[in-house]
Amino acid sequence: MNDRTVVRTGVTLAVIAALCTALVAATYQLTRDRIAANEKALLEQSLQPALAGVFFDSGVSESRLVLAPPHGLPGNDAAVIYRVFANEQPVAALFAVTARDGFSGPIRILLGLSFDGRITGVRILQHRETPGLGDKIESTRSGWVFQFDDRSMGDPLVTGWAIRSDGGEFDQLTGASVTPRAVVKAIRDTLIYFDDHRDEIFLAAATKEDE
Amino acid sequence: MTSGGFIEHLQTGLWQENPGLVQLLGLCPLLAVTTTLVNGIGLGVATLLVLTCSNALVSATRRWIQQDIRIPIYVLIIASLVTCIELIFKAYFPTLDRSLGIFIPLIVTNCAIVARAEVFASRHPVAASIADGIGMGVGFAMLLMAIGAFRELVGQASILSRLDMLTGGEPFNGFVFADSGLLLAILPPGAFFSLALAVALKNHIDRKRSMSRSEKMPRDLRRARR
Repeated sequence: MNDRTVVRTGVTLAVIAALCTALVAATYQLTRDRIAANEKALLEQSLQPALAGVFFDSGVSESRLVLAPPHGLPGNDAAVIYRVFANEQPVAALFAVTARDGFSGPIRILLGLSFDGRITGVRILQHRETPGLGDKIESTRSGWVFQFDDRSMGDPLVTGWAIRSDGGEFDQLTGASVTPRAVVKAIRDTLIYFDDHRDEIFLAAATKEDE
Repeated sequence: MTSGGFIEHLQTGLWQENPGLVQLLGLCPLLAVTTTLVNGIGLGVATLLVLTCSNALVSATRRWIQQDIRIPIYVLIIASLVTCIELIFKAYFPTLDRSLGIFIPLIVTNCAIVARAEVFASRHPVAASIADGIGMGVGFAMLLMAIGAFRELVGQASILSRLDMLTGGEPFNGFVFADSGLLLAILPPGAFFSLALAVALKNHIDRKRSMSRSEKMPRDLRRARR
């Protein structure tokens, strides 16, 4: 390759790279607002089902509190808490926590708790459990997560917060016990955390967007 | 290009040189996402779009691209197109995008696409390349859908579950025929079995066809001699 072809090749590459970048940039500009709106809608929409029967008038996504590990909640990644208020009084909190002991990979759980500690809803945000077995923890695939609605620490007592085959009060799934065990344990630990830290959770300042 | 040429290119991609069935290219996404028909449709359509556009662009720029740098340029073009498709999916089919996850960006590494750029688009005019892209893309998408439908039917005893990811609206669990299916079909080994069955079926059909053709031949010849 002589000098001229090197330059020619370089220029060709640069031109094509510039054109490709322009294409991506244009698409990004066109879709940016829609994607941001989708993400916000998805967040609010995914938080909503865990707040069954809770009246609130605050923007949920704005009250985000991010706790870096170690935070005492299940999981060793950041835990996210959304505080929910009505007339500036705390009414409920949403916890996004991770169960580490699932069958395959972490299970991200969203847990809604009313101010007095009752569960207002449980949803599975993310998991890689076995399709057809462990994935029945998803609310769209079976009613399994609804058994936690309205329960609290005390109903049952802490020893009852386990699946039936471990002597607890909660159903497992046919053919899968590791997954439900992990989810129940994470819920139990979150309930215990809420009992111990309720006031500081609601008093803490919101975490800024870019953190 | 004549319309006959277009049909021919389509046929090549759909059957004779189907990227999944014959060239066995792009198997990673094919095996990984085809747990349901809707997933198959999603990835199939995304791959089809990328393949057609990349064939068109590679073919349109083929006179200016020197031999030495053609591969990085193909990668550049394909990667940009995939990023665009990903953004469009995120904007218009957000749930489907989440379900397909990493496999949308990973279309970049689908060798079927680079292979078509190198083998076909870099040597043929734009129209022919687009036809080839559509043929190969539809061929790949059909295979994804067939395997997705098969695995969903056998594994979950349902079809079209989560159709809402394409159409929007309320979560839809598909048409369910039984409480549970043969789980193996949804697990990774099921993907290999399904693909093997599909390849075997195609070979079987091809052999039958060529046999019936060779049986017919002598009779035709005899008739000609008479």
